[in-house]
Amino acid sequence: MEKIINITLKVWRQKGPKEKGGFETHKLEGISGDTSFLEMLDILNEKLVNEGKEPVAFDNDCREGICGMCSLYINGHPHGPDNLITTCQLHMRHFKDGDTITVEPWRSAAFPVIRDLMVDRYAFDKIIQAGGYVSVNTGGIPDANAIPIPKPVADEAMDAASCIGCGACVAACKNGSAMLFVSAKVSQLALLPQGKPEAKQRAKAMVLKMDELGFGNCTNTRACELECPKGVSISNIARLNREFLVAKFSD
Amino acid sequence: MIKLDAKIPKGLLAEKWTNYKDHQKLVNPANKRRLDIIVVGTGLAGGSAAASLGELGFNVLNFCIQDSPRRAHSIAAQGGINAAKNYQNDGDSIYRLFYDTIKGGDYRAREANVHRLSEVSVNIIDQCVAQGVPFAREYGGLLDNRSFGGAQVSRTFYAKGQTGQQLLLGAYSALSRQIHKGSVKMFVRYEMLDLVVIDGRARGIIARNLVTGEIERFAAHAVVIATGGYGNAYFLSTNAMNSNGSAAAQVYRKGALFANPAFAQIHPTCIPVHGEFQSKLTLMSESLRNDGRIWVPKKIEDAVAIREGKLKPTEIAEENRDYYLERRYPAFGNLVPRDVASRAAKERCDAGFGIAPSGLAVYLDFSDAINRLGMKTVEARYGNLFQMYEKITDQNPYETPMMIYPAIHYTMGGVWVDYELMTTIPGCFAIGEANFSDHGANRLGASALMQGLADGYFVLPYTIQNYLADQISVPRFSTDLPEFEETEKAVKARINKLMNIKGNRSVDSFHKALGSIMWDYVGMARTKESLKTALEKIKELKKEFWTNVRIPGEVGSLNTELEKALRVADFFDIGYLIALDGLNRNESCGGHFREEYQTPEGEALRDDIRYSYAACWQYTGEEKDPELVKEPLEYEFVVRQQRNYKS
Repeated sequence: MEKIINITLKVWRQKGPKEKGGFETHKLEGISGDTSFLEMLDILNEKLVNEGKEPVAFDNDCREGICGMCSLYINGHPHGPDNLITTCQLHMRHFKDGDTITVEPWRSAAFPVIRDLMVDRYAFDKIIQAGGYVSVNTGGIPDANAIPIPKPVADEAMDAASCIGCGACVAACKNGSAMLFVSAKVSQLALLPQGKPEAKQRAKAMVLKMDELGFGNCTNTRACELECPKGVSISNIARLNREFLVAKFSD
Repeated sequence: MIKLDAKIPKGLLAEKWTNYKDHQKLVNPANKRRLDIIVVGTGLAGGSAAASLGELGFNVLNFCIQDSPRRAHSIAAQGGINAAKNYQNDGDSIYRLFYDTIKGGDYRAREANVHRLSEVSVNIIDQCVAQGVPFAREYGGLLDNRSFGGAQVSRTFYAKGQTGQQLLLGAYSALSRQIHKGSVKMFVRYEMLDLVVIDGRARGIIARNLVTGEIERFAAHAVVIATGGYGNAYFLSTNAMNSNGSAAAQVYRKGALFANPAFAQIHPTCIPVHGEFQSKLTLMSESLRNDGRIWVPKKIEDAVAIREGKLKPTEIAEENRDYYLERRYPAFGNLVPRDVASRAAKERCDAGFGIAPSGLAVYLDFSDAINRLGMKTVEARYGNLFQMYEKITDQNPYETPMMIYPAIHYTMGGVWVDYELMTTIPGCFAIGEANFSDHGANRLGASALMQGLADGYFVLPYTIQNYLADQISVPRFSTDLPEFEETEKAVKARINKLMNIKGNRSVDSFHKALGSIMWDYVGMARTKESLKTALEKIKELKKEFWTNVRIPGEVGSLNTELEKALRVADFFDIGYLIALDGLNRNESCGGHFREEYQTPEGEALRDDIRYSYAACWQYTGEEKDPELVKEPLEYEFVVRQQRNYKS
């Protein structure tokens, strides 16, 4: 039957990017196991507002695991203890009565804190802007079935394309590397015939931009793959490395 | 009173759009550089429009409420996108998609708009494939299709259960390319707070920087609203938390008409409500109805036993199950349109056959599909949806049927636009879900993505030029003009008024209270009395909101409570409009079901003689009811019939 728990929350509070932050402790009672983690934070915020205090700021939007906006580091894991989900899909039934839960923002030099648990991930957009696309304008396109694409290739591209750009990979990585994110986009487009003409320059431009923005290096710890809510595989990183080397050698 | 001109081009239905394009005014490349366009929103409509306008050479300022344009709520669309490609050789055509959409919309949409939508649908698929959208394919390497409600052909293209995500990322990549080139300037974490009108034309916006709290001014030669629908007026909906109707409400207060607000879509397959702290409802894609069968127990005692936890659905024998959609609608079965499926679920639950402890749920069962196709195939088709369901409910849909119930999902109504997608304010356009034009009283599944991208890629980039061609000699505007000054002053006054109430109730508590009024009295079944009650209750609650809301924090800083308060303030006005429009429309059609108007079999009973019009509401002031302006809907090419999904 329905599980009801009492918990202690240690939540990171930080007024702005340059200000010093710290943990704040709150107790919550009578939380139903069917409540999602973000709904639990709603309950906390409702309580804070009713006490005349400022609510905890955290990013969220779709609350069904696809927009990539939620970004909480819970008990040492991006998106919490469960696998293959985002924070908004985590439910309180995963916690025990009496648990203390620590909630922090993504921690990475490239993702500065805006307020409390909210971080600035525009660096990801800048990497895509550097080349994460096929250069086609609207209109004047041949029929969609003009180029057949073998199903296994299309499926592999789809798996890479399922990245939601949440940044969990960066938060999980001890080096703060964005390789899984970059490789997912490079792979998706390198696999498809539409993306092949620009494959080399795309890999190069995106990697250079990533380095410029202060993301760290990849040392193959696989932490990113383990924490990725969409299960994006590190085999994409191997493909990115190949594409990047080919691009470098052909310079 | 304002006179509406929909500007439908002359000629035969299939020739109208071609005729329009052949004769419209264009802007030459040198002049495009001198013209600025503001696009508010980065979803399928806004993102594709901003990218396409940037490619053409206009200067685009694009605003996004999230931290990245890739997160707009179009991303959550699961099932697919329709296009009249006829790749399956099953009899599809542009006319058939047009006809299905008109019929699905219960004959309350414009013929010319819908035909244009159907025409450009085929270009959308080509465009997306060229961008690298990984649509599902068959083993031969060609594109795969599935079926959706309201159609007897397979014309829906999909990318697993993440079609919206892939299409949005396609538009986002095109947009990113233009940002890199400098033709589009992106403003993330900004929210539009008002439209600036100069000499009767839209010339800019006032927006709040959500990080710093600063109020800023932006000028342009035209403003495009692409901010989605207003379903969150119901609080619990499948919309994202930040989805709102505020931009639509702002242009409405500035003189644009709001059309058919009562046409809100209730989606039949959502995960049922679990508790009072629920913040949103999760959709289970309509594509599930391709293989899932919907049922409730045939015997009321079985339903009671299930509700009490004494019986499991798998223990109910086949002959004791009522597959009520297959029973009532043999020709379309589980694939009837959404409004029909939602009402049928409500009918069974109201009659006492509902399951789940609340009695407000029905089963969506995959056991037949698993027996027929095997576990692997079912997993390949719906794996991510099944996973999503299990994470939320803690039940495994491979072993026990899913529980579903209808929820607010999409709004067909919206800002009134003419054939060129321009509102009644010259220079102010509305595209995608934000406008009202293509879906009539009910939208078919997989058609929202189609309309968003049609408007953004293939319609607006043409039609906006017909307006801008007259503007080439108009210099850029200074944001120091008195109109900017005054609009900003009014925005700041509204914010200060809210902040200074310092009352006792949180914004969310008001939003929830409004949502329950909307669902209880303006929901799936409405009556004259329920709508009148809703109008009274909304008025009272709005009054309390403006005297008793509590917003902590500061004005000039990040303040999520203030953001929500501004949106909820607009939801009161929109909720009121929905109820008012529902009260005016004494007929049942599509998503608008008035219990007084139904056939003996319980189907929607339209009144084409008295209500064949788009009901457009004109703002007349804060304390007064808006005025009704009618746009007659003349059907030149299709003969209106009662919708029949039975035979």
